[in-house]
Amino acid sequence: MHVPGLTQARVVQIERDILSKNDGYAAENRARFAAAGTFALNFVSSPGSGKTTLLVKAITDLKDQHPIAVIEGDQQTANDAERIRATGAPAIQINTGKGCHLDAHMVGHALEQLPPMQGGLLFIENVGNLVCPAAFDLGEAHKVAVLSITEGEDKPLKYPHMFAASDLLLLNKIDLLPHLDFDLAATIEYARRVNPKIEVLTVSAKTGEGMPAFYAWIAKRAAAARAAATAAE
Amino acid sequence: MHEMSLCEGLIEIIEREARAQNFARVRTVWVEIGALSHVEPEAMRFCFSAVAHAGIAAEARFEVITVPGEAWCMSCAKTVPLTQRAEPCPDCGGYQLQVTAGDELRIKELEVD
Repeated sequence: MHVPGLTQARVVQIERDILSKNDGYAAENRARFAAAGTFALNFVSSPGSGKTTLLVKAITDLKDQHPIAVIEGDQQTANDAERIRATGAPAIQINTGKGCHLDAHMVGHALEQLPPMQGGLLFIENVGNLVCPAAFDLGEAHKVAVLSITEGEDKPLKYPHMFAASDLLLLNKIDLLPHLDFDLAATIEYARRVNPKIEVLTVSAKTGEGMPAFYAWIAKRAAAARAAATAAE
Repeated sequence: MHEMSLCEGLIEIIEREARAQNFARVRTVWVEIGALSHVEPEAMRFCFSAVAHAGIAAEARFEVITVPGEAWCMSCAKTVPLTQRAEPCPDCGGYQLQVTAGDELRIKELEVD
């Protein structure tokens, strides 16, 4: 009913992704990485999977071959960034406060505080949470899910979005396998139910077992990122 | 609880649209949520009412349009329905599935005045 003198209700078409603002910032970050030839990985996992130990190990082993920087996401404390800095790599700690994930805007700010890293590696350690970080593109080349074998085989089925969003699964703490009733084959099968294309590597950040395969995975892709940036110059 | 951040993004889109299209009040918000997306429609509804509080969409109805999940089954070489992730192909029972629909999280339209 149209009553003269009163504003009439109308329908406005919008058709926009609710994540479009985040995705815009993610595209800016991605363009920045592409221009610098930086290979960026977004590490996602539950708390306690050993992400920080894994990054410390990887930085220690790779720092002579690549410039490496780290962005650490936690609700509180700078403990993780301090552990990373002890390796000599620059690290920026983002405290999300009550937030449960990093978003692309926060990462863009952190990038401004990091030294330029032509052709380097950027490791982003997301907030320990197997749910929310799955939704947010940070501009990374790949999400890497870290699952420790103390967590239970069915994590990929319980938290399918994270495993669907990740391109690589690192099954960590493999050194503990003899002490646990953990069915490695079942875990890999569950991850592939959710994401048939996910690559899987078994590693121990503590003993270094399996880490060379992860470094080879990085080296191949980082070289491609550097080559693309050089070709674009 | 990433639904809260998503609803903040949603309100920002609505406010920008209000300036561009010159409206002062939102009566209804239609949001498309895929059955395989990472959000829970009821959590979105709850967060929307919290975030919209006192703004131009404070009294808006939050209408969810559910988009059914669909996947391409590589074994069957056809599109099959999928009600949730980690489920098998309803025809062959396999998991060689590539999600093709149901991942949506979009604001569709607004009823405004």
